[in-house]
Amino acid sequence: MIALEGVSKIYPGLPRPAVDDLTLMVPGGRTCVLIGPSGCGKTTTMRMVNRLIEPTRGRIVVEGEDVTHADPVSLRRRIGYVIQQIGLFPHMTIAQNVATVPELLGWPSARVAARVDEMLSLVGLDPGGVRDRYPRHLSGGQRQRVGVARALAADPPVMLMDEPFGAVDPLVRTHLQDEFLSILKRLRKTVILVTHDIDEAIRMGDLVAILKDGRLVQCDAPDRLLAMPANAFVADFVGADRALKRLSLVMAGDACEPGTAPAGAPEIAATLSLRDALAILLGTSTEALRVTGPDGQAVGIVTLAGIRARAGEGAGRGLRAAG
Amino acid sequence: MVGPVFTWIAEHPKVFWTAAQQHLVLSAAALGLALALALPLAVVLLRWRRAAATAIALVNVLRTIPSLALLVVMLPILGTGFQPALVALTLYGLPAILINAYTALSEVDADIVEAATGQGLSRAQIVRRIQVPLALPVIFAGIRTAAVQIVSAATLAAFIGGGGLGELITAGMGTLDIPQLVVGGLAVAALAILTELAFGLAERRLNRTRHA
Ligand SMILES: Nc1ncnc2c1ncn2[C@@H]1O[C@H](COP(=O)(O)OP(=O)(O)OP(=O)(O)O)[C@@H](O)[C@H]1O
Ligand SMILES: [Mg+2]
Repeated sequence: MIALEGVSKIYPGLPRPAVDDLTLMVPGGRTCVLIGPSGCGKTTTMRMVNRLIEPTRGRIVVEGEDVTHADPVSLRRRIGYVIQQIGLFPHMTIAQNVATVPELLGWPSARVAARVDEMLSLVGLDPGGVRDRYPRHLSGGQRQRVGVARALAADPPVMLMDEPFGAVDPLVRTHLQDEFLSILKRLRKTVILVTHDIDEAIRMGDLVAILKDGRLVQCDAPDRLLAMPANAFVADFVGADRALKRLSLVMAGDACEPGTAPAGAPEIAATLSLRDALAILLGTSTEALRVTGPDGQAVGIVTLAGIRARAGEGAGRGLRAAG
Repeated sequence: MVGPVFTWIAEHPKVFWTAAQQHLVLSAAALGLALALALPLAVVLLRWRRAAATAIALVNVLRTIPSLALLVVMLPILGTGFQPALVALTLYGLPAILINAYTALSEVDADIVEAATGQGLSRAQIVRRIQVPLALPVIFAGIRTAAVQIVSAATLAAFIGGGGLGELITAGMGTLDIPQLVVGGLAVAALAILTELAFGLAERRLNRTRHA
């Protein structure tokens, strides 16, 4: 659990606070994505949690403990930290990098070594292959995996990630996002993640917090954010295709209706999204798709009308109310 | 010329080896002192960036003072002998070590330092485990420069009674004993070259083991 209560950061000489009276609550095991235009205060907000930056006002609570006056060094050993530039130590092997915090905590060396291998496997690297290599021997994607392995090594309950996919190319990025998301979920980590990429925010966040000029504009689950943007700024920020984005959040299996598809109708796996379903429907002349389960058995159908209803469900009101 | 040089050494072994030994002791002591002052100072300056700018500017002024002037200035303050020579040579070697060490330490990639801070390394741990190892090649290059400077400048210690191979030169000049004069000159040159080679070798070995 991470809670920010009325947190501000004021730099003397700036016309406005870098972070302005921000209140935000991330429940345990959930991921909150901070997003907003450049300079809106995302990084500052995140770095106040592990006290790389001291808040001017307000209170920050991590796992029930007020950290505003905690010892920063020991606090940081309980919070995993991943930055965009990755910041692996170039003069240390991959194993030494991953071992950083366990060693600071004084774990016995056999336990550290076992943990290093466990973490490397967890992030999809072959421990035997990379353990004794140096960061410069790895690709950008591999380095990013090591950065996450290092942050997870001492099993911190909380993770802070500042644009963790910024340095990897788009193809690798989507794959890494899915992989890291499933790892973080499995380990039930509480995560604050900063990004510039609205698709990444929607894919990875249980909550998405939109910031502008240091202020929190809206913090909601992705589906609500897309359905009911609080104002024109948010609507603009999430993009004109927000109806389409909502569809990508829903799996065909969860949205299917009972019924049988007409003979010759295309099939879609239950684990694909309604957005994929729509793409298939648009490419054919049929109105319905057969949704198939893991063994290929039919579990229901999705229809064009059903998809349209789903994309518009609960939408519009908030935006219209805000003008 | 080679003949008379060896003849002179063979005829005055005690004079020659005493001078050489004095030269080495004086140089090594000055280098040791310069290291003991400059390295901790560089680490302290990391935390006081504004003071650092002033300190570096001052040291740069020190660097422009000719070695002979530095030695002669010691005369009225500390008199003659080993001690004033040691002080002057220490001051002479200090700038190269301090400037290289401070620059290299402060130029370690800020992202790496931030990542280390964020993992929960203390300031001292960051200096010891991150900044010093990453800055080591440049720090070592500064030490090599200082060592060669000190060995060369130690020749002038003879002017203020500090001993060393410079004595052979001053004595040789006084009595117009050309072989003695040449022995002194050649010995100093050889020692400077040897110092450069030895430190260069150590430096290469250091860089090789680090990038295995
Ligand atoms: N040390 C500092 N001194 C003065 N101003 C600062 C400092 N750090 C950040 N700022 C200012 O605070 C504001 C918020 O910065 P921050 O880095 O949090 O933005 P961000 O949302 O992370 O931006 P980006 O998307 O570009 O990374 C900016 O206007 C920035 O210029
Ligand atoms: Mg930022």
